[in-house]
Amino acid sequence: MSQEHNMRRVTAIRNGTVIDHIPSGHAMRVLEMLGVDKATSVPVSMVMNVPSKKMGTKDIIKVEDRELTQDELNRLALVAPEAHVAIIRSYSVAEKMTIQLGGEVTNVVRCTFSNCITTNPREPLAHRLKVMSREPLELRCHYCGRQQDLEALIRNMI
Amino acid sequence: MTGLITMDDLSNEEILEILDDAERLLPVAKGETYLPLLQGKILGNLFFEPSTRTRMSFETAMKRLGGDVVNLGDVSTSSVVKGETLFDTIQMVDGYTDIIAMRHPRQGAAQYAQDAARVPILNGGDGAGHHPTQTMLDLFTIRQAHGRLEGLKVVLAGDLRYGRTVHSLSHALTRFGCDLVFASPALLKMPTEIVADLKAHGSEVVETEDLMASLADADVVYMTRIQKERFADEDEYAKVAGAYKLHASNLEGAKENMIIMHPLPRVDEIHPSVDATRHARYFEQAFNGVVARMALLCRLLNIPVPATIPGGEA
Repeated sequence: MSQEHNMRRVTAIRNGTVIDHIPSGHAMRVLEMLGVDKATSVPVSMVMNVPSKKMGTKDIIKVEDRELTQDELNRLALVAPEAHVAIIRSYSVAEKMTIQLGGEVTNVVRCTFSNCITTNPREPLAHRLKVMSREPLELRCHYCGRQQDLEALIRNMI
Repeated sequence: MTGLITMDDLSNEEILEILDDAERLLPVAKGETYLPLLQGKILGNLFFEPSTRTRMSFETAMKRLGGDVVNLGDVSTSSVVKGETLFDTIQMVDGYTDIIAMRHPRQGAAQYAQDAARVPILNGGDGAGHHPTQTMLDLFTIRQAHGRLEGLKVVLAGDLRYGRTVHSLSHALTRFGCDLVFASPALLKMPTEIVADLKAHGSEVVETEDLMASLADADVVYMTRIQKERFADEDEYAKVAGAYKLHASNLEGAKENMIIMHPLPRVDEIHPSVDATRHARYFEQAFNGVVARMALLCRLLNIPVPATIPGGEA
């Protein structure tokens, strides 16, 4: 099935953001991480588990009338590091963006170790995870040094 | 350098310089010479969980150098029990003192405190994390006995999973090219991420459950307490605990200059019969806590230790 066919499973959008190449089954999580939920008034389309040459299967999201910022997109690095993002204006791709995982992930997720000092929600300093390796993804807490369980990490999104 | 949170905060060169400083400070630590290098300085002792040796040796070190100490005191009577955050406690003590020594039950607390403070933090133990000031006194003791740190064979035995002293020490020993043997029950093995880090550093690491078979060619045997409370089943504990009890008779085939260390307190993992052997070093090791912490206090407060100290050898 062609790439074009996948994209047309849902209507082309006039203005907004298209996030492609999301790992299968992660689209809901991506929406959650971007704060696109029930309270959002703009139209949102989503397809899941569509064929992909590169990934086998993948998810795609289209958010109308909202241009996501680079900071918002960078939050996705933990669940969809390979995602491709396009900003659409007047039905055309106006800008292509890539998700960037820097040397540290700050205030995106809480450390997964139950005895870390940051588990006290009243402690005010930033939640900081250091990126030790990108491929495979390896993160360690800046404070307690524990290697993070990536599956558990997704549940610790701030 | 701001504080000392993990051994990664010190280069090998700095470690050796601090050990040299500690060596020269020995007559001061023994009370043979008075050297008020830290007069006018105040150490804040923040021990959020019990400590005997670490807290007392920090206090002694500061006082031997003419400095003063303020204590958080019993956590149950401080504002911590009222729900004060670590951040707020640190803000307060940071204003009262020039340097802080801290122990906390939560892992990462020392780094957190350092990020919140302007004064240097000395990590006196954070959960099962690190205990670098203990490592400095351990390295001092090893160098005192063997004249060097490089290329030794060191057996670390007992509770390697939760024992923060062995976590910090194994990192440091690896950097000096020591070969490590980790002897522990399967339940209390060294955390895999630490073993991976050490191996990535090029260190020779052997993991075993058989302590006695590791004694013959060891230069250092570092014992730790097997914590009964870690075992769900008392029979299970009894089964493994016996395998990690050193008796003088176990040391017959050991190298002449092999030393036995222990961060103390011991329960029954080192039989009193070992105390009288030439191998026992744990009480000297505890004393060395004073001299190593004196050198660290001077280093972190940017006070140079004189090249010659009256009553000293250098």
